[in-house]
Amino acid sequence: MDALTTPFLTGTATGAILLMAALGLTLTFGQMGVINMANGEFLMVGAYVAYLTQQVISSAGVSIIIAIPIAFVVAGLLGLVLEATVIRWMYDRPLDTLLATVGVALVLQQLAKDIFGAQGDPVVLPGWLDARINVFGYEWPLRQLFTILLAVASLALLNALLRYTSFGRRIRATVQNRQLAETQGVPTRNVDRMTFFLGSGLAGVGGVAISLISGTNPTLGTSYIIPAFLVVVLGGVGQLKGTVLAAWGVGVATAFLTDWTSGSMAQVMTFALVVAMLTLRPQGLFTVRTRSLA
Amino acid sequence: MLELVGVTAGYGRSKVLFDVDLIVPKDGAASIMGLNGAGKTTLLRVAVGLLPVISGKVLLDGVDITSMRPNRRVQQGLGYVPQGQLCFPQMTTLENLQLVSPVQSDIDEVVDIFPALRDLMSRPAGLLSGGQRQQLAIARTLLGKPRMLILDEPTEGIQPNVVAEIEQVIVDLTERGDFTVLLVEQHVGFAVRISDRYYTLESGRITGSGAGGEDAIDAVRASMAV
Repeated sequence: MDALTTPFLTGTATGAILLMAALGLTLTFGQMGVINMANGEFLMVGAYVAYLTQQVISSAGVSIIIAIPIAFVVAGLLGLVLEATVIRWMYDRPLDTLLATVGVALVLQQLAKDIFGAQGDPVVLPGWLDARINVFGYEWPLRQLFTILLAVASLALLNALLRYTSFGRRIRATVQNRQLAETQGVPTRNVDRMTFFLGSGLAGVGGVAISLISGTNPTLGTSYIIPAFLVVVLGGVGQLKGTVLAAWGVGVATAFLTDWTSGSMAQVMTFALVVAMLTLRPQGLFTVRTRSLA
Repeated sequence: MLELVGVTAGYGRSKVLFDVDLIVPKDGAASIMGLNGAGKTTLLRVAVGLLPVISGKVLLDGVDITSMRPNRRVQQGLGYVPQGQLCFPQMTTLENLQLVSPVQSDIDEVVDIFPALRDLMSRPAGLLSGGQRQQLAIARTLLGKPRMLILDEPTEGIQPNVVAEIEQVIVDLTERGDFTVLLVEQHVGFAVRISDRYYTLESGRITGSGAGGEDAIDAVRASMAV
C-alpha cells in the first residue's frame, strides 16, 4: 500500500506547485500569446520573500502566513514591470517572448545569486507544519498537505474572480476573442496588465510553498518552468479545468515513475507520455464545444 | 455623424480600400452595398478601429478618432456588430451581456427586444444557434447604449423568421430619431429601403452613392449586376 500511497501523495503535492506555476502561464499564453519563461523566477521570488519575511518576523508560523500575500504582490509587481518593459512589444509573437523571457530569467537568477549567494537558504518550518500524519501507513509531511491546500485556495479564489467579477469576465472575453472584446468596450491593454500581475502573483504564492519543501535557491525556477508549460499545453491553453487535471497528472505520473526508475528517467518518460497524449489530442485535454466556426 | 475622409487601408502590403470618402448622417441610416471582396467589412473595421488606416481620417461628430483604440470608440458611442454572429462561446448568454453591463435592469431592457434570449441565459453562447447568437450579439452591443450602431451582414446565414425579427429591430432603431445606423447587408432591398443614404463599393472604391428609399432599390440592384 505504501508503494502506492507515497508517490500518490508526494506527486499530488508536486502537482499543486505545478498548478500554481501553470495557472498564470495558461492565462497569459491563452490571452496574449506570450510564452513567459521567467515565470519560474517568480516562483523563486516568492521563495525568497518567504525567507526574507522570516528574517523580519521571527515567528515562523506567523511569517509564513504573512509571506503569502506579500509574495503575491511582489511577484505580481515584477510581472507588471516585465510586461510593461519587455513583453508588451511582443504580443502574439510567442517565439520572441520565449527568447526575451529566457534572458530575463537569467538576469533574475544572477541578481538573486549576487544578493543572496549561489547556495540558497533554508526556510524554517513553523511548528504546526513540522509534523507528519499517517495516511495508509505512510508518514505524510504536513507541509505537503499545506501546499495542496494553498493551491486549492488559490484555484478557488481565481475561479471566483474569473466567474463572478466584472474583471474576470473581461479576462475570459479577452482570452476567447480579443478583437471582439475590444469592440465591446473592454480595455484589453489594462486587462493584459492585470492578468500578468495575477499570473505572476500566483507563481509567487507557489514559491512560498516551494520554500517550505526545499528552501530557497536562485535557480529553483528552472526545475519547474518546463513541467509547468507541459501542464499548460496538456490541459488545453486557457482551460482552467484542464490545467488542474494536467498538473495533478504530471505531478503524480512523475512521482510514480521516479519511484519505479530514477528522477531523470521519470522526467523523460513523463515528457514522452505527454507527447503521446498530445498526438492523440493535439488541442489538450479540454476544449470548448461550440456550434459556431468562429 | 461618422465620416471617412480619403481613407486608404489594407492588410500588410495589400491595399483593400482606396481613398474612400463616406458620410453617415446623424440620426439617420446609411448602407454600403457591394459584391463579395469589394471591401465592405474592411471599411467597417476601419470605422471601429480594428484596422488602422494607411492614410486618411475617421471623424466622429467632427472629432478625429483615427488613432483611437476600439474600446475608446465604444465609449464615444460607436457600437459594432461584426459579421459571423460572434460571441464569447465559453461564456453563458448572461455573462456575454454582463460583460458590457452588469446592471440587471439594462439587461432586461435589451432582452425585451429579443425575448428568445430570456430562456437561454444560462446556456453557453457557443451552443446557441446562429440566429440566437446574432440576437445575442445585437443585444450585447445595444447594452453599451451606443449612439450609432454599425452592423456587418446582420442577417447572413440566418433562418427567415429570425431575419424578419432582426430587420424589425433595425427598422425600429432607425425610426427612433436619436440613433444612427451604418449597415452592410446582403438583402439590398431591405438595406436601401431603410437608408437615408446608400453607397456602392467596388474593388475598394466608392463607385456610387445616393439617397436611399424604395425608389433607389432598382438603381442599386442594376449598379451591382455583374
